[in-house]
Amino acid sequence: MADTEKWKKINKSKEERPIVQEYSCWEELPPIPISLPIDGAIGTTGDWRTFRPIIDQENCNQCGFCWMYCPEGSIKRMEDRSFKIDYIYCKGCGICAKECPTKNIEMKREVEEI
Amino acid sequence: MIKHEEKDFIQSKETKIIKGNVAAAYAAKSARVQVISAYPITPQTTVVEKLSEFTDAGEMPGTQYIKVESEHSVFACVVGASIAGTRTFTATSGQGIFYAHEMIHWAAGTRLPIVVAIASRGPAPPWNIWADFTDVCSQRDTGWMSSFCATHQEIYDEILMSYKVCEDHDILLPKFVAYGGFILSHTSKPIIIEDQDKVDAYLPPLPDEKGWPHIFIDPERPMMHGNLIMPSGFYAEFRMKIQEAHMKAIEKIKNAAAEFEKIFGRSYGNGLIQEYKMDDAEVGMLIYGDLALQMEEAVDEVREEGYKVGMVKLRHFRPFPVDDIINIAKKVKVLGVIDRATAFGSQTGGPISSEVKIALHDIDGTAKILLLVIAQTYIYSHRRYFGVQEVLIDIVFRVCLSGSWRMSCSGSR
Repeated sequence: MADTEKWKKINKSKEERPIVQEYSCWEELPPIPISLPIDGAIGTTGDWRTFRPIIDQENCNQCGFCWMYCPEGSIKRMEDRSFKIDYIYCKGCGICAKECPTKNIEMKREVEEI
Repeated sequence: MIKHEEKDFIQSKETKIIKGNVAAAYAAKSARVQVISAYPITPQTTVVEKLSEFTDAGEMPGTQYIKVESEHSVFACVVGASIAGTRTFTATSGQGIFYAHEMIHWAAGTRLPIVVAIASRGPAPPWNIWADFTDVCSQRDTGWMSSFCATHQEIYDEILMSYKVCEDHDILLPKFVAYGGFILSHTSKPIIIEDQDKVDAYLPPLPDEKGWPHIFIDPERPMMHGNLIMPSGFYAEFRMKIQEAHMKAIEKIKNAAAEFEKIFGRSYGNGLIQEYKMDDAEVGMLIYGDLALQMEEAVDEVREEGYKVGMVKLRHFRPFPVDDIINIAKKVKVLGVIDRATAFGSQTGGPISSEVKIALHDIDGTAKILLLVIAQTYIYSHRRYFGVQEVLIDIVFRVCLSGSWRMSCSGSR
């Protein structure tokens, strides 16, 4: 590992972690396969969405069920304790809408059927 | 010279008369290991027993001693502890290695500098607890480095040298330090336990920088390892990296041995092999493990009769010192290889003799190789075991000498 220092830097400081890990030759690889979790390491998964979950903020009782159940951590709790969905990464799985006890999340089709 | 001068021991204040297993435990203590995972297996048990005494008496402050339920867990435990960036140690034997085989691959694949003492024991059945190096040799392709010790002092020294090599950022590989079960593990000899300051100068305690450069556990900077690799991915490349590290380790082992000699005054050849009276030898004997000591005496005896014989002690099996073997084979007419392990179905002898034969393939002007696989029963089933051993080694030399005589008659190699 001639590039030990490089890997130490990349691994040990969050700022140096590349968004996309690319290698031009085998010597550039780290000694072992490592995944460094960063936001959207495999791309913006929001593209996958067919149905968009929309929270009815007026009737939401802010119980936090959607936030807990979201498998991708795409629902964020804001400072005013309301919830916001990150549409860049939300895949539209619909688990939040299914679990919402007050049924205040609507799954709306992204593109209307022709 | 493998045997250490007696005056060395008398002069030193730190000399203790201890068993080989206890020497391994002292080495772990001197190396300031931070995590020890333990499960007993004969003939290794007294290593971890002694370490538990040390930790219990507070002689190893800050060392975690973890008792687990099997050898598989022993290795899983040291792998986990090593990922956290600690210096880890454990010891096992024969069946224990076979049970832990999966985790042994895992440790090498994750590139963790774990050092494990192996009191070598023959694989069962027939049920067996005595010295035979098949347990270590059968781990040949796991990616671990492996070395053999011939003396009690070498066990202590080799463990210190191993940490030095394994933790090098260019290497980052685990290593077995093997020595014959019972022959070394349960016999006592004077051993110099080095001053802690001196050991610290050679092998500094690990810096507190949270882990190795490539892997560590830190919730603030999460990482995932052991990922799935698709057929189009880099599997071969990561395997290649392990091979590359082994090739680099050859130089590092030589450096570590040279530095060790400078600080502690004990020489182990070039680190990979150790020669005895090989300069003018016509017949050489390559041997590894504890029998090298007896072989040294056999060389002296046969030399008194006027035959030019010598001995090479192989210290490392992985990485295998191909260049050194070629140089030796060019010097002598016949090179005998005594294997202490079996490789069934091979027609080129045991694991080491096969390796030697492959190393010399296609090299002109090298010695004829005579292969000898010594099963441990030859040595142990007899009551007068030292006597048997001497006779055996004498016979081995005579076989080689007659081989060399035949060659000079026929005029061909």
